[in-house]
Amino acid sequence: MTLLHIKDLTVEYPSRHGVFKAVSGVNLTVEPGEIHGLVGESGAGKSTIGAAIMGLLERPGHISGGTIAFKSKMINGLDATAMQGLRGKQISMIFQDPLTSLNPLLTVGEQLIETISLHLGLSRDAARQRATELLDRVGIPDPALRLRQYPHQFSGGMRQRVVIALALCSEPDVIFADEPTTALDVAVQAQILDLIKDLAQERQVGVILVTHDMGVIADTTDRVTVMYRGKVVESGTTAQVMSAPNHKYTKSLIAAVPRPKIKLKRFSQISYGGRDTRFAIEDIARNWNRVETLLDRPLLRVKHLEKKFPIAKSIFPGRSTYLTAVDGISFDIMPGEVFGVVGESGSGKSTIARLISGLYPLDKGEVEFAGQIVSDPRKSEAVAQFRRDIQMIFQDPYSSLNPRLRVLDIIAEPIRHHKILNGAALTKRVHELLEQVGLGAAAAAKFPHEFSGGQRQRISIARALATQPRFLICDEPTSALDVSIQAQILNILKDLQEHLGLTMLFISHDLPVVRQMCDRVAVMQKGRLLELQDTETLFANPQTDYTKELLTLMPHLEGLSDEGLEI
Amino acid sequence: MFSFLIRRVLQAGLVLLIVGFVAFSMFNFVGDPIDNMLGTERTQADIDRLRAQLGLDQTFVVQYWKFLANAVDGNLGVSYRQGRPVAEIIAERAPATLELATVSALFAVGVGVLLGIYTAIRRDGLVSHIIMSVSLIGVSLPTFLIGILLIYLFSVELDWLPSFGRGEVTDLGGWTTGFLTSSGLKALILPGITLGLFQMTLIMRLVRSEMLEVLRQDYIRFARARGLSEKAINFRHALKNTLVPVITVTGLQLGSIIAFAIITESVFQWPGVGLLFINAVQFVDIPVMAAYLMLISVMFVTINLIVDILYVAIDPRLRS
Repeated sequence: MTLLHIKDLTVEYPSRHGVFKAVSGVNLTVEPGEIHGLVGESGAGKSTIGAAIMGLLERPGHISGGTIAFKSKMINGLDATAMQGLRGKQISMIFQDPLTSLNPLLTVGEQLIETISLHLGLSRDAARQRATELLDRVGIPDPALRLRQYPHQFSGGMRQRVVIALALCSEPDVIFADEPTTALDVAVQAQILDLIKDLAQERQVGVILVTHDMGVIADTTDRVTVMYRGKVVESGTTAQVMSAPNHKYTKSLIAAVPRPKIKLKRFSQISYGGRDTRFAIEDIARNWNRVETLLDRPLLRVKHLEKKFPIAKSIFPGRSTYLTAVDGISFDIMPGEVFGVVGESGSGKSTIARLISGLYPLDKGEVEFAGQIVSDPRKSEAVAQFRRDIQMIFQDPYSSLNPRLRVLDIIAEPIRHHKILNGAALTKRVHELLEQVGLGAAAAAKFPHEFSGGQRQRISIARALATQPRFLICDEPTSALDVSIQAQILNILKDLQEHLGLTMLFISHDLPVVRQMCDRVAVMQKGRLLELQDTETLFANPQTDYTKELLTLMPHLEGLSDEGLEI
Repeated sequence: MFSFLIRRVLQAGLVLLIVGFVAFSMFNFVGDPIDNMLGTERTQADIDRLRAQLGLDQTFVVQYWKFLANAVDGNLGVSYRQGRPVAEIIAERAPATLELATVSALFAVGVGVLLGIYTAIRRDGLVSHIIMSVSLIGVSLPTFLIGILLIYLFSVELDWLPSFGRGEVTDLGGWTTGFLTSSGLKALILPGITLGLFQMTLIMRLVRSEMLEVLRQDYIRFARARGLSEKAINFRHALKNTLVPVITVTGLQLGSIIAFAIITESVFQWPGVGLLFINAVQFVDIPVMAAYLMLISVMFVTINLIVDILYVAIDPRLRS
């Protein structure tokens, strides 16, 4: 029997500017034991479908058409009490960010027991027993002890397991999982997806898995529905949609997925929906008046970098405990090279970027740039020149731009700081930069919140190019972006490297992306550098066990359509 | 946790030492008490004798050391005006102020938190809008005006409540209390509300905005998606998370309730330490002023210490 049957669902948000249709005419079914993938970029209406099923649409949003049937019974339009009986009890939800979906002030046990006693009507002791079993089921070791701990004592992956345990409390028939692994590391992501697959099979739970990651869809789901701007553009079995997509938008999505197995010249961009993908690299190259002269010696040398962070402070310095984030790391980067750093979260990747750029003071070690030592703040002249030559692009396009500044001032800031230009010449330069990154000069007068994630990352790039640097540090520049936008941004970075000879330090946890972007790759674990190889050698012939493990955890993406790839 | 407590106590000690220094400096820099104490027909011998008696002939350091040592001992000097030990005078007056402060703090926190939660949950309700608008008036009217208006309404026009003083008090071995007689309790109502009204509106607005913020969090959405009842979500999950920032502000506000009771005490002729302080200022009664300063700072420091400990009690993330 079909568990969930959504028919012609339309969700509207009336506003002063007219009615916004977040979801229009969507059809979707979920069978027992089936994982149904829901894919599309942010704003496509995926999460809205979940909120509509759960009866949790934020006002003034409402279902304006269509039906949602659960086990052949209509559930849209039920009153609040009836809906609350259904919610959690028969349909559960898993949220994207495990760091924010648990109440930080209650122990994990209190939250589980509360939910279990509500749904199953068990006594406290029986509920505790059940909670222990559930934690064990989702793969948390030592469950009896863990029950007494608070969410902050769990790692991200463990918290997501707790969230899943909470969703399972009531033995639901349908689980709506909203980007359950987006915030997690590759290794943890694979474990959580396996857990969801097991649950679907073992208990015949129907799962709707929302994601923007085609890798997750390809490896996990049975059926897939592709959404674009609130509408379903394609739906079918996963194998069929992945290998032979019909709709142009699906084709563009699949073509934009970074391939783990082959290195492509460029990311393919089958553009869809008239989005602006222009990036005037020739223009930039023409106005670029810095030519990389140094060619045979390393541009950046890093020697024995070390950084510790205090984790527990004591009044006696000797008793404080420290976390060694970066532990004696050395490497050289040649001019024009793209140097990748990979590793899971907490491995010290971002700390290296911050140490090199001087955002964190070094504990030990040395940074040398173009033959000058730049890690010594007393050599202020060398440091000032270095700061101009090195720029950063950050991961989160939302928090890395000051929301109170206009785009003009954001991009002009480094130029002003280094006293390169001022007055009308400065404004002209900013307008040029904005034209070149494809945003147009008019963007200068706007504020960051008026732009999408991809557009903001273009602003970050314009800001980084403002001082005409020789070296770019890209710290997970695309991990917060949709796959099609990611392809655009990565192509821009490739252009910068090829046309301007920019040297890059490229930090990522996404191995397929690293394979496409980098010349050499350093693998990090717990602050140490495990392995440093040419990219192709590393992927073909990994030396350490850790690297091998990381490679097996990559999405396999077998049978993905090759249409539109530039090999 | 333990090292955190020790650090906080050491910091508190340092603050008190600095305040003690400021208080002591008043002896040397705020006028000469001898002028006030002796009449115009004084002789040089009188002046010298009084100077020696008050210890004012010794060096600065010796005087400061003696002041600190005495203060720790509970000996805060002798009032220039009344000729009695300051500690005794303050002990006489403190119960009045502390009882008034307790009543207004309970009023401010109790009513403030309840109204804050109500206006957050029923964000768009008519009653909420009315409460929010009226609360603006509470914030913008000065304390003395509210006091006078309340006296006019409830004492002069309606004649329900007394307009000044503490009413009948019971002496419990050195602590006079107004809690045990009906006239004492009645007398507490108007000054209690006057003193607490501003803090009440502040706490209410703070609780409301914090609560609205918390209700937007993912863990509240997740709690709702698990089918928990509105009651459990609002009071079990949301309220506790609201408390952390609320406690900070509330702690500081309670300190100022005691420190700024002066105005209310003047309006209601309340025989507390605030009134004592005003009189001391008029007479340059430095020992009383210095003792009052020390007393207030001890209270502020203690309240803040309690606030820090409460933080740790509420938020497990601070315990590790």
